[in-house]
Amino acid sequence: MLKEKDKIFTNIYGFKENNISGAIKRGDWNNTKKIISLGHETIIEKIKSSGLRGRGGAGFSTGLKWSFMPKIVTDRPHYLVVNADESEPGTCKDRDIIRNEPHKLLEGCLIAGFAMQAHSCYIYIRGEFANEAKILQRAIDEAYDKNLLGNNAAKTGWKFNIYLHRGAGAYICGEETALLESLEGKKGQPRLKPPFPAGVGLYGCPTTVNNVESIAVVPTILRRGENWFNSLGKQNNTGTKLFCISGHVNNPCNVEEVMGISLRELIDKHAGGVKGGWNNLKAVIPGGSSTPLLPKAICDNIEMDFDSLKAVGTGLGTAGVIVMDQTTDIVESITRLSHFYKHESCGQCTPCREGTGWMWRMMKKISSGQAKIKDIDHLLELTKQVEGHTICALGDAAAWPIQGLFKHFRKDIEIKLSKNKIAAE
Amino acid sequence: MTKNLLKKKPLNKDILVKLDKNEIEEIISKYPSNRKSSAVLPLLHLVQKKAGGWLPVHEMERVANILEMSYMRVFEIASFYTMFNIQPVGKYLLQVCKTTPCWLRGADDIQKCIKDNLDLDNGKTSKDGIFTLMEVECLGACVNAPILQINDDYYEDLDYKSTKDLLDKLKKKH
Repeated sequence: MLKEKDKIFTNIYGFKENNISGAIKRGDWNNTKKIISLGHETIIEKIKSSGLRGRGGAGFSTGLKWSFMPKIVTDRPHYLVVNADESEPGTCKDRDIIRNEPHKLLEGCLIAGFAMQAHSCYIYIRGEFANEAKILQRAIDEAYDKNLLGNNAAKTGWKFNIYLHRGAGAYICGEETALLESLEGKKGQPRLKPPFPAGVGLYGCPTTVNNVESIAVVPTILRRGENWFNSLGKQNNTGTKLFCISGHVNNPCNVEEVMGISLRELIDKHAGGVKGGWNNLKAVIPGGSSTPLLPKAICDNIEMDFDSLKAVGTGLGTAGVIVMDQTTDIVESITRLSHFYKHESCGQCTPCREGTGWMWRMMKKISSGQAKIKDIDHLLELTKQVEGHTICALGDAAAWPIQGLFKHFRKDIEIKLSKNKIAAE
Repeated sequence: MTKNLLKKKPLNKDILVKLDKNEIEEIISKYPSNRKSSAVLPLLHLVQKKAGGWLPVHEMERVANILEMSYMRVFEIASFYTMFNIQPVGKYLLQVCKTTPCWLRGADDIQKCIKDNLDLDNGKTSKDGIFTLMEVECLGACVNAPILQINDDYYEDLDYKSTKDLLDKLKKKH
């Protein structure tokens, strides 16, 4: 279990002030100049060796991603873009960072921006977070007032501006290239890669898109040292992570914990346990809606990190843990996710545009008990036709929850369907 | 309906909502000077808020003029992003999250409460034009489920009773 002294987000519940004086008391903006004086390369190297993996879902090394940016700035300026378009069902960690620890994010932006030689940073926040955007804008204004941002940001001699940009309700804009399209004032439809944003990103310039949490932990890592971060968690899965525990638990919450904590400990210690006790557990979606669910038998002994979850056919994703107890109609709960993907498909690629609607209709048919058993195979075949055949990962994300459902609960569903058939006859 | 939206009418300045010129300049100044169209989302947000929660055609045309974009590009944006309403909505826009984390914790009760008390179905506006109900997908506050968003504000950890109290309070204002 994570010790209090090793927590990065000391105000994640908002019990203390979220303004700049409160943030400075907690250590934010404390001698930022010293960190910046390490130089571009050293900061990137330190983040690389801290083992920080992107917190937005894919788990790619943050330092390595930064190192893809060109080392020499030409006539095309570099951009840092922060992805605060948090919309993955089950995930609500960035919201609490923005509401309660906005200055951690802003200081992280300055350091990350400096490391990649960017003078401008856009924070793309989801449109529904209107009040959160107000809080963040106030924090940005405070930082400008104290000269922590601007022409000589935090007295480092580095010019750095942060602009807040509100989205308008499109899940797909959380995909980095769709986000860039949206930021350019277009429909949020993903771009084909390559070229990758580090080469051709915002306005055709070198750009790095990072998740809020990845950026917000950077100042603390550099202050306490990459070895401190590296010593927490497990090999290749280092540091701490914000987990969002929702669904059938006694006390749903966001909590910062070490990577690799056991799922059972996470739920029992922080979320007050599963409703009706651990034995009442049916399944858990471990990392936001896109990751396949896990039945109780696997939940008993699973550790929450990228590699352990990958080994059992799912993923850590955004660490949005959705807990479902024995009373849950599991088919209906996945059907609702299918509806989500149908609604959020941007319509650019045919397999996804048509496939997500088709998958949802078949899930509905199964959920209402009117399907035949062979429909399950049709549906699984369909998920394979969508998966891997689209520009971005939304098609995959729509297919995985369904595949996970039938991988673990096919027998139960078949029994239910055949009972309905007998009843109908 | 779409046909009406596509018809171009001359701009009538009298019916446009009042916008602060400085505010518009400030928004546009966030983006490189040759990339004005980046400001389309913030400007549409601004106009929608002032125009009572939706975007009439003449307001979209005006945004297109300000940003030197074609009207069709702006309309395309307004219809792509779910937060922009191209039809009028009630004074209170009730958005119930129906995605799994909220559903597991009783989003159906919230919807039932709205149906019982306001007799509203998804996408409908009450006769007096005060309330509009929309079922939406994940609002991103899953540990506080179930959520009801009313205009800009999130109401969290709701159940049937607290939703009823909330609706009663709003009704009393009229």
